[in-house]
Amino acid sequence: MIPELGTFATILALCLSLILSVVPMIGAYTGNKLWVDYARPLAKGVFFFLSLAMLFLAYSFQTDDFSVVYVAQSSNFNLPWYFKISAIWGGHEGSLLLWVWIQAFWTLAVAVKSKNLPIDIVGRVLAVMGMITAAFLLFILFTSSPFERFLPNAPAQGADLNPLLQDFGLIVHPPALYMGYVGLSVAFSFAIAALLSGRLDAAWARWSRPWTNVAWAFLTLGIALGSWWAYYELGWGGWWFWDPVENASLMPWLVATALIHSLAVTEKRGVFKSWTVLLAISAFCLSLLGTFLVRSGVLTSVHAFATDPERGVFILGMLIFVIGGSLLLYAIRAGSVKSESTFALSSRESMLLVNNIIFTVACAMVLIGTLYPLVMDALDLGKISVGPPYFNALFVPMMSLMVIFLGIAAFSRWKETPTELYVSKLWLPAVLAVVAAVVTHWIYSQSIEPWVLLALVLSYWIVFTWGREFVSRLRNRDSLVTGLTRQTRSYYGMLLAHLGVAVMIVGIAMVTVFVEHRDARMSPGDQIEFRGYTFIFDGAREVQGPNYTSDMARVRVLRDGVPYREMFPEKRMYTARGMVMTQVALDPGFTRDLYIAMGEELENGAWAMRLQFKPFVRWIWLGALFMTAGALLAASDPRYRKQAKRDAAQRQLVTE
Amino acid sequence: MNAQRKQRLTLVLLIVFGSSIAVALVAYALSQNINLFYSPSQISMGEAPADTRIRAGGIVVEGSIRRDPSSLKVEFDITDYAHSTTVQYVGILPDLFREGQGIVAQGALDGSGRLIASEVLAKHDENYMSPEIAAALEAAGQMPHMPPTAGKGY
Repeated sequence: MIPELGTFATILALCLSLILSVVPMIGAYTGNKLWVDYARPLAKGVFFFLSLAMLFLAYSFQTDDFSVVYVAQSSNFNLPWYFKISAIWGGHEGSLLLWVWIQAFWTLAVAVKSKNLPIDIVGRVLAVMGMITAAFLLFILFTSSPFERFLPNAPAQGADLNPLLQDFGLIVHPPALYMGYVGLSVAFSFAIAALLSGRLDAAWARWSRPWTNVAWAFLTLGIALGSWWAYYELGWGGWWFWDPVENASLMPWLVATALIHSLAVTEKRGVFKSWTVLLAISAFCLSLLGTFLVRSGVLTSVHAFATDPERGVFILGMLIFVIGGSLLLYAIRAGSVKSESTFALSSRESMLLVNNIIFTVACAMVLIGTLYPLVMDALDLGKISVGPPYFNALFVPMMSLMVIFLGIAAFSRWKETPTELYVSKLWLPAVLAVVAAVVTHWIYSQSIEPWVLLALVLSYWIVFTWGREFVSRLRNRDSLVTGLTRQTRSYYGMLLAHLGVAVMIVGIAMVTVFVEHRDARMSPGDQIEFRGYTFIFDGAREVQGPNYTSDMARVRVLRDGVPYREMFPEKRMYTARGMVMTQVALDPGFTRDLYIAMGEELENGAWAMRLQFKPFVRWIWLGALFMTAGALLAASDPRYRKQAKRDAAQRQLVTE
Repeated sequence: MNAQRKQRLTLVLLIVFGSSIAVALVAYALSQNINLFYSPSQISMGEAPADTRIRAGGIVVEGSIRRDPSSLKVEFDITDYAHSTTVQYVGILPDLFREGQGIVAQGALDGSGRLIASEVLAKHDENYMSPEIAAALEAAGQMPHMPPTAGKGY
């Protein structure tokens, strides 16, 4: 009964979203305010019914209703209750329901938080979001309903959730990532609404900015959580694999990064307008492309399990419709857009343009590397794969260039910046960055590794240039306190996010160059020593878990010969699927992680063991957290609300 | 040419210059880092080049796993049921590596047609078969009956 109610709720949500995508749009065109006013309640209705659908699915999981195909495939009596919740999005059907539910949530958020926006714009934005919701709901109902039943013979026991997914990572990573992916639809809808209404002005950029920042923050967080999860779950100790599915999330991120910078120019200076719209369209189209790549099974990837050509065709059709439709609209409307000001070659506008060029080119490179094997295969030119060296060879120079400009941009001014100003402000940070990098590098390793040195110079470059800019802002104030309090939240957010870039660069370079690992055959009593740590293998014993049996090893760790701690890596056998999983033992630290994974069992109680020393690996995710926090801080800047209120008041005056 | 036009020209030239560097880099990096996939049949017929990084995939032959007693060196055969290839690897095999399971190995062929692997990949779901291996088995006319791949894994 409950699963049928779930289907029913999904169908109702589909009906409401279809009305939402038509009625307010017509209302906005004909000037019928009553029709436009339907948008908000409809958005709430869609969210309500999809929440019900989620609840019904959650209920089916909690009550072990294995007559539901999806539950039987990805749950089991013995699965702990919290994994029964995260199992909702542990497979294809449920993750799509989560996707569309989050889409409805964003629609609701726009409906509630847009009190001060012109009603026709709100109507158009919500209508576009309704169309996206409707398309995904059609997809779910026709090709991948999570509520489908096994009838008449329901299995007595479920096949269990894939053990890889039985982890805290599954609880947080997909929701955060989807919040980001789907959040880009808000920027997209604002862009489409602006194109439809023909009012592509600074106000439009100001409305979409906070939304885009929040979406970007979640996307950053989601990708970082995925990286962290892969690091400890897959047992290899890698934090980025250039896996096609990772690339699928990185591409929208790169374009969204360009977008949040380009929106700043459009809002402040009224230039780059059509470019910004194009970025907003591209960012969301890329997140749809990512869905297509992951869900259609065209990619060979750790994520691409379920493959079904019918689903691929549906998403491809949707992709063509969205990309084609929005680009057509763009082609018709963007020509009439006029810039509101001009700028010199040496100016902040140009700096942000450089940022945009670098990030879009980087995205194009990832796109080529990801799609090239597909194209080759389709043309029957052989089955190839493009490995990490391709991406590294392109990404390192691109991002180094980006960071150099990031430092220079600290002293750029709108409209025009005299070249002498750059020289006079930048020489000191440049010298300091080199000196500080050499000194810290030498203190750390008593050697000089060129890549680490480059990374440290770049990181210090960011810190010193923006630090100097920050200090000069404070100097112009009467006291330190007024100086600190006068800066806006967006400004602090920007500083924090840029600092995050510096932190992440340190982490990436250090862990890549100074990582040390030993893959060894260890019998009980064997010990291995490196980087000041001694690892003594005490053998493995059998341990019983709730839905698995495990071989748990005990490894004693000595630091400089003194007992430091014991670590317990495991090799688990998940009984329901007969699937073997490595459970890593970690000793996390600010400047290094110790990482132990068990390989296969060899004879006489010996095991293949993987021991790793990973310096500064946490800094990668710490940097991403800084970026997330920075973007959220900037989005919460009260000026957006104040300005929107002023705009609303002005419109009131005009209409009266 | 007035000042504004000059500026625009500089900007356009910069963009053209930058993007041609980018295109050159992409072309170079792609030519260096493409790994072609070969099936055991193709390898045994001598279609795969030696001393070049390639990928090979197939089913691990039952009873073919031979371990070195004192190190992590391991040898096994992969097959498409028409021909088989020996793979040599030093290190830790993935969790889902086992006899009868489809795997993909990355490495280079030595003179005797043995693949010296630097990486061995097995997929993370027992029902899943890499499309490349499936295609290789089909080409050899040996596609076993596989259970329908269920919607597992996110």
